[in-house]
Amino acid sequence: MDLSKGQIIRKDLRRNWIIYLMALPVIAYYIIFHYGPMYGLQIAFKDYSPAGGIWGSPWVGFKHFDSFFNGIYFWRLIRNTVLINVYDLIFGFPSAIILAILLNEVRRMMFKRVVQTISYLPHFISIVVVAGMLFDFLSRDGLINQLIGFFGVEPIDFLKEAGWFRFIFVSSGIWQGVGWGSIIYLAAIANIDPTLYEAAKIDGANRWKQIFHITIPGIMPTIVIMFILNMGNLLSVGSEKVLLLYNPLTYETADVISTYVYRKGILEASYSFTAAVGLFNSVISLILIVSANAISKRVSENKLW
Amino acid sequence: MGAQTTGEKIFNVINTILMLLLCFVTLYPFLYVLFASLSEASSFIQHRGMLLRPLGFNLEAYKAVFENPMITSGYRNTLLYVAAGTTINLFMTALGAYVLSRRNLYFKNVMMFGIVLTMVFSGGLIPNYILINKLGMMNTPWALLIPGAISTFNLIIMRTAFQGVPVSLEESARIDGAGEFTILFRIIIPLSMPVIAVMILWYAVGHWNSYFSALVYLRDRTMYPLQLVLREILIANSTDSMSTGVAADDKYAIGETIKYATIIVSTLPIICLYPFLQKYFVKGVLIGAIKE
Repeated sequence: MDLSKGQIIRKDLRRNWIIYLMALPVIAYYIIFHYGPMYGLQIAFKDYSPAGGIWGSPWVGFKHFDSFFNGIYFWRLIRNTVLINVYDLIFGFPSAIILAILLNEVRRMMFKRVVQTISYLPHFISIVVVAGMLFDFLSRDGLINQLIGFFGVEPIDFLKEAGWFRFIFVSSGIWQGVGWGSIIYLAAIANIDPTLYEAAKIDGANRWKQIFHITIPGIMPTIVIMFILNMGNLLSVGSEKVLLLYNPLTYETADVISTYVYRKGILEASYSFTAAVGLFNSVISLILIVSANAISKRVSENKLW
Repeated sequence: MGAQTTGEKIFNVINTILMLLLCFVTLYPFLYVLFASLSEASSFIQHRGMLLRPLGFNLEAYKAVFENPMITSGYRNTLLYVAAGTTINLFMTALGAYVLSRRNLYFKNVMMFGIVLTMVFSGGLIPNYILINKLGMMNTPWALLIPGAISTFNLIIMRTAFQGVPVSLEESARIDGAGEFTILFRIIIPLSMPVIAVMILWYAVGHWNSYFSALVYLRDRTMYPLQLVLREILIANSTDSMSTGVAADDKYAIGETIKYATIIVSTLPIICLYPFLQKYFVKGVLIGAIKE
């Protein structure tokens, strides 16, 4: 009983050494591939040279942050990143909730299942294929232009005009994700106590009233949790899709922080500068998700942690 | 269901129309691509508007796709990455999930905290790139397989499932002399098969669809996965190499149908398997959701 903590741990290590051995690859993985890059982030404050390495390169303080904040692209990148995400939050986020509510109101089970199965499908199509299809449908002589041509509209080169980029990005995102996104809300709706609906019906509530007074409040905790998670991603719009869809003609509205990091960092090899840009991005995301969680905890008692 | 009021009926009709519209908007692009890929190139190029069936029937485009060495090597590479990557994912995730599902383990909370922290903060692209370079993984398949060996989200789902396996089973196995590995592979994993199936699917689809790490880490075109080849064909618009031997006039026409055939060929495995696998995919989301 009077063993010290160190002795207890040593004893446990001796007896259960296999389990600690099993933990080793996992710990090693996280340290190397997750904490390694975090350690590497210090190059944001250095002038990284491959010869000097991460440790040997000289410290330069906030030089790279300075040149990013004062660079000509700073506001454009912030505006594009935030706007694409805000549009996605305004249009994309509710669309999955609305679909879940409408699906829940479908009374014929077979039909409901068919709709669900079809709506999930695009989620599994690779982003490259989705982008490829967009390119084709939206090109100057593509399907969309052919269709609007019947109404006398002049052909529009959608993907070459900066003004269309955000609309295309957000709406194709909804097309791809709305069905899949609705699953979690459907599950939440399924957990609502059915007697609530019966009571409401007896009180004379119609379908609309049931939706607004039972369904939506019932899934509010899920909505809040998903919203917090989305807040954390507010600045990290996936470079993967933008990278496929944009081109120099649309940089004006399409270039976001992560694609800028890819171009400057990987293609032009200015490592320290883009590491600083990336760090700025991560820190803002962290602040957003922590504050969204804190606010939500205070006002609604829903929280992620 | 009882009598419906007029309002209810209108609601149902509008809702049904909306749902049908959603199905149409979701499915039609795929059907268009399929019809276009099967069409006679020359008549397709003259056609305007929607396609409701293939225009003629011609498998030239598919022939061109399958004769393209980049597509076939991309296909082979992707299959390899999917198989190797998913195996590594599964092994590492199961190991981590088993360790973290143990009740009495020192450092468990520290480990858990350290792992969850990586979900909200990361080093980002450039430090990762430098690391992969340092480790000598640049331009090797390892760069696609190892850095993503564990998805933290999947790890947490699997841990939750492992925790649901009754302790008594483990204990009786231990009395029979089973070691940790035996317990994991003979008892815990077989009893968690639904979750394991979900994980296999998620990881495999992830590898099948991924292009970004290959874009960043691979230089050698012979190692390109299918998605990177597709990117060149669909986005950079380089079907020329595939239509060699075709007269110059027809080149443009067949180039168009080749693009559609490429989409079909690269998406076919998922589309074919999808109806059978769909419920497992969904199950994964639900298992993940229960945790919150």
